[in-house]
Amino acid sequence: MKNEFQVIADLIEKDKKVLDVGCADGTLMKFLKDNKNINIRGLEISKEKVQECIAKGLTVIEGNAEKDLKQFPDKSFDYVVLSQTLQAFLNPELVLDELLRVGKKAIVTIPNFGYWKVRFHLLFKGTMPITKKLPDQWYNTPNLHMCTIKDFFHFVKSRDIKIFKSLALNNLNTSIINERNLGVKNLFADLGIFLIEK
Amino acid sequence: MKTEKNIKTLIVKKPLKLDCGKTIKEFPIAYETYGSLNSKKDNAILVFHALTGDQFVTGTNPITNKDGWWSYAVGPDKAIDTNKYFVICSNVIGGCMGSYGPSHKDPNQKIFGTNFPVITINDMVNAQYNLLEHFGIDKLFSITGGSMGGMQVLQFISNFPNKSKTVIPIATTSSHSAQNIAFNELGRQAITADSNWKDGDYTSNETNPGKGLAVARMAAHITYLSKKGLQEKFGRKLQEREDLKFGFDADFQIESYLRYQGSVFVDRFDANSYLYITRAMDYFDLAKQFGGNLSNAFINTRAKFFIISFTSDWLYPTQENKDIVIALNSIGADVGFVEIESDKGHDSFLLDVPDFLSALKNFLDKSYEED
Repeated sequence: MKNEFQVIADLIEKDKKVLDVGCADGTLMKFLKDNKNINIRGLEISKEKVQECIAKGLTVIEGNAEKDLKQFPDKSFDYVVLSQTLQAFLNPELVLDELLRVGKKAIVTIPNFGYWKVRFHLLFKGTMPITKKLPDQWYNTPNLHMCTIKDFFHFVKSRDIKIFKSLALNNLNTSIINERNLGVKNLFADLGIFLIEK
Repeated sequence: MKTEKNIKTLIVKKPLKLDCGKTIKEFPIAYETYGSLNSKKDNAILVFHALTGDQFVTGTNPITNKDGWWSYAVGPDKAIDTNKYFVICSNVIGGCMGSYGPSHKDPNQKIFGTNFPVITINDMVNAQYNLLEHFGIDKLFSITGGSMGGMQVLQFISNFPNKSKTVIPIATTSSHSAQNIAFNELGRQAITADSNWKDGDYTSNETNPGKGLAVARMAAHITYLSKKGLQEKFGRKLQEREDLKFGFDADFQIESYLRYQGSVFVDRFDANSYLYITRAMDYFDLAKQFGGNLSNAFINTRAKFFIISFTSDWLYPTQENKDIVIALNSIGADVGFVEIESDKGHDSFLLDVPDFLSALKNFLDKSYEED
């Protein structure tokens, strides 16, 4: 399991109720179910991935986060997880509002467009950055709204969203992001993980 | 109508009060089972059949000598694995494969015909509940069925919230739509317009409204397929001829196919049963039973739901299945949902659709492994 999922799992206490939005093949769900006795649900848009989740014995709803989160009542999950997908929605603002309505807390991870490799790529090659976290070409990327750790940090602050924890990931290194080190983390982390609440 | 050998029957002694107000008692329920009930009695699956189905889910139907209606899904090593699970299915009341219906005789030894009480989906499941007592099963492992079978699944878990661990409604609805009612009415009108119907008293008149019933079946059959499926299978292909004949014979293969479907149906189905069962479907509105709030139908159950729809099913489209998912999510129920890609229309659930069958198998087997 990738390091990101380990960090997410460490943020969640045992026996909680969790919704994994865009749960893909259910790797994180399975881990949370087996190791933390989490009552876990998934929402996934891809039919193939839904089938993979069912084969793992996971409860998954085929659906689209932009349309289908509204069926869940307010604060019906302890945590709602959104891993590296916020930038792919037509309306990330609306999705974030929905995550915070449905979940008591939300865990959102974002691929960082401020990562030094991304910046170097654009600066020196003059073409759209391609990195491990951003593997697609400009014409076929699902990412519509790329942002940096700094962007997201400012965005949640401006929306009165409470940040419980913000973590920077660089390969296997995890460190805490705060107002003072924001500039540095924004340069050296390829992924930001935010535990937030509204 | 048919011989009653090969039909297992449970005579229900307990009176059953029907939604129409009448009470029936000492009535037969015809059923069949597959696989064996284990000693813990925790491996039973109750399957509910659709409009024209019967208790013969798989293997060879001893009455028609054709494959059981869900042979693709049920059997040894299949999605519903009879090596592992004990499958029970019964003919609905109002039906014509041995359960109490309009072709039975009333206490005065006269065939009921349209004097049989109008039954509902609720009545059907209340009648079938007696099978649990008969087999000494306290809690089923699963209940499942497609189309009208799915309606019975929803009604059953609503009526008996603790009686099944898992619940799998397939290609169904919680409320029959105007379009659904319209198609059923078309079928009923075809039957009652047949002069051989004789106000439902055709048996004592030694006639049979076969033409009307065949037309009803033909119209309904179209609704079970998709436009794309029909086009790919038949297109404008001609039936055993080089060119159009400028007449009203079956020039096109699709015409010949529908005529064949109509004619074989008449051999195995009772016209009055068709009226009764379609009426039961039309009356089905689970939300209405709970003050307009579908969620309340499921408020008392802790069962694990898995809902399945098909992309090309326009009779019970994905959105109607999703409405059930939404109602369950809004009360925090344990519900999974998948829409299966298939161009085989509503009939997809009866056919060899690998993604559907593997989803069904995985859900059942994984749920059975848990505790």
